[in-house]
Amino acid sequence: MKRFDPRLYQIGALTLLLLYGLTALDFDTTWFRAALVIGAAIGAQWVCSRIWNVKFDPRSAAISGLSLALLLRSNSIVFLLAAAGIAISSKFAIRWRGKHIFNPTNIAIVALMIATPRVWVSPGQWGNVAFFGFLITCLGGLVVNRASRSDVTYAFIAAWSAVLIGRSLWFGEPLTIPLHRLENGALLLFTFFMISDPKTTPDSRAGRILFAVLVALGARYVQFKLFHTNGILWSLAACSLLVPIIDVLLPGGRYTWKQGGSSWSVSPQWRWHFVPGLLPRIRSAAFMSQRAMPRFSIARRRWRSSATAIAP
Amino acid sequence: MALVRDGDRTVMTMANDFHGEPHDFAIVIPVPTLITRGQIHIADKALIDHLDAYSAPRLVEYFDYDPCRMYAMDRMPMSAPMNAQKAAREESRARSLGVTIEARYTVGEYDILILSATQSNGLETWLRENGYTIPPGASSVLGSYIRQNMKFFVAKVNLGEHEKLGYSYLRPIQVAYESPKFMLPVRLGTVNAAGPQELFVYALTRKGRVEATNYRTIKLPSDVDVPLYVKEEFTPFYKALFSEQVRKENMSTLFTEYAWDMNWCDPCAADPLSRQELRNLGAFWVSNDPNSGGAAEVFLTRLHVRYDREHFPEDLVFQETGDRQNFQARYVLRHPWTGSSDCEAAKTYKASLRQRQEKEASNLASLTGWNVNDVRRKMNLVSTDTPADKKWWQTIWQ
Repeated sequence: MKRFDPRLYQIGALTLLLLYGLTALDFDTTWFRAALVIGAAIGAQWVCSRIWNVKFDPRSAAISGLSLALLLRSNSIVFLLAAAGIAISSKFAIRWRGKHIFNPTNIAIVALMIATPRVWVSPGQWGNVAFFGFLITCLGGLVVNRASRSDVTYAFIAAWSAVLIGRSLWFGEPLTIPLHRLENGALLLFTFFMISDPKTTPDSRAGRILFAVLVALGARYVQFKLFHTNGILWSLAACSLLVPIIDVLLPGGRYTWKQGGSSWSVSPQWRWHFVPGLLPRIRSAAFMSQRAMPRFSIARRRWRSSATAIAP
Repeated sequence: MALVRDGDRTVMTMANDFHGEPHDFAIVIPVPTLITRGQIHIADKALIDHLDAYSAPRLVEYFDYDPCRMYAMDRMPMSAPMNAQKAAREESRARSLGVTIEARYTVGEYDILILSATQSNGLETWLRENGYTIPPGASSVLGSYIRQNMKFFVAKVNLGEHEKLGYSYLRPIQVAYESPKFMLPVRLGTVNAAGPQELFVYALTRKGRVEATNYRTIKLPSDVDVPLYVKEEFTPFYKALFSEQVRKENMSTLFTEYAWDMNWCDPCAADPLSRQELRNLGAFWVSNDPNSGGAAEVFLTRLHVRYDREHFPEDLVFQETGDRQNFQARYVLRHPWTGSSDCEAAKTYKASLRQRQEKEASNLASLTGWNVNDVRRKMNLVSTDTPADKKWWQTIWQ
């Protein structure tokens, strides 16, 4: 039986959230801008597909565009277009061992927030009135995904809840405070549609769980030590740089969209048998990194051979 | 509450609408750092009045209106302090309760203490012993601030100084501090409040609009045509409008009432603040040299929130965005043409006028939650049925 492409569900869910945000939640953007950024993302995908000579597939670009429309705000259309360009081109240009490093939406937002004060993300825009509606929509994604790489979502939710609840218990705050922080649409979007991106998370389950915990700890640092907004976005971008290292230490099967949800191209013993072999692997990592580092560069057409992995 | 913020620097100006006896007034505010004498200043009340007048919701024409002067701040209702104790005795008692009086200042008409504490019970006891009525439940809230290493800014009125200065009101207190935290502690104020609290935040920043990061911030409905009689009832209209919007949003949002570059306004409810006034409010980056040309680089956001413990469980956390789009809450009055004429165009106009007034009535009802029939009555709209509006069966048997 042909498996249902989880990206189609994501596109549907994100579109619903965007429509709801534009009509009921007074998002600080317009229909025109939302359409523009989605169109720009798909356009950028087409251009990059031509340049890198891979088959054009608009689905992942549509997801990136929708996510940008949901999250990124600016008075200037130029920055929105730039975001779409950065998101898509990062997938093609910033790669390591045939896999892109950053979640496209995440890197576009973070890069622009570093580059200019004229863009912002409003984590409060969702409120928490319709939280449970969002939750159900997002959970639907897990069902469609057949829980293939939902482990990173579960691990992150567990780690982040532990951070928030632990902090409030330590400070003697009522639990309504961490619950209020967890009932946030932006957090759901991040957890179910951004950090779970199978193309940028570590290959092994253990690696993904480690990654999720690191992202939660990083977000804690940004939010509660630096008192900076959007801790989860900053932390994901920073932790994404660690994914190649995690993949070397804890290797696993590479994900491809084509095989849909539960595809594993490596035998299962790689998933959990990392502990006994960890030391030799660290040694080989040191060796591999010498070999692998030159490939971490920005260049055209170098990965033509891994075309199927590029598309999303 | 005015918050001037740039980088990690904040200047907070606390104004209040306290109407009781001065000796009944006291505030306890958690602050992120120790505050020295030089960081405290007493401001002129006119500053906040001007800020309010400049940013108040308005009618689009320059009609006289009553700007809604409803300040509120996070204040714990407290009773008068008891007889003044000797400072030394006070301090040793404080120490035994784990409370440290970090500093003690008299600034203007206020006696100000900066306290730090190691345990909430001790702080609560100390405040009680010093005559502050602490609501039950405050202890746990105080405790969470203590654990976050926050200090407590405690102010009460020095009656002697107050009398000497001769003001009939209490002037705003200003505190300047440096901290990455851009937040307002509102939890103390909700502990035992009888009902929801009301808070205005005037944020003055360099880059752009300020919004909450942990609650929704939305714009108050604006640019809506309303009946002419609103001119006479602007304050009740605005109060009803705000209450209705709070109800519609389930009391879980902050409302932006004004967001504007401080250099200009259109229409102006009051003149923009002068460079000197901006500096007095704490906008340290504004040059007070009259010869320095150019824009003042101040963006004002006026936020209005009604909150209680149930809907606002955590303190308000803000961020400055890059949004420089101007916004004002304004309501439009359209005076109908009242001349007499029989031409075809006049008939069309009159028919359209009727529809327009009907629309104004329903706008007003929807904005404020007022009964549309009452609104119609006040507008002297006797009947809404024009021949065109009648259903086909209504004319058959006439």
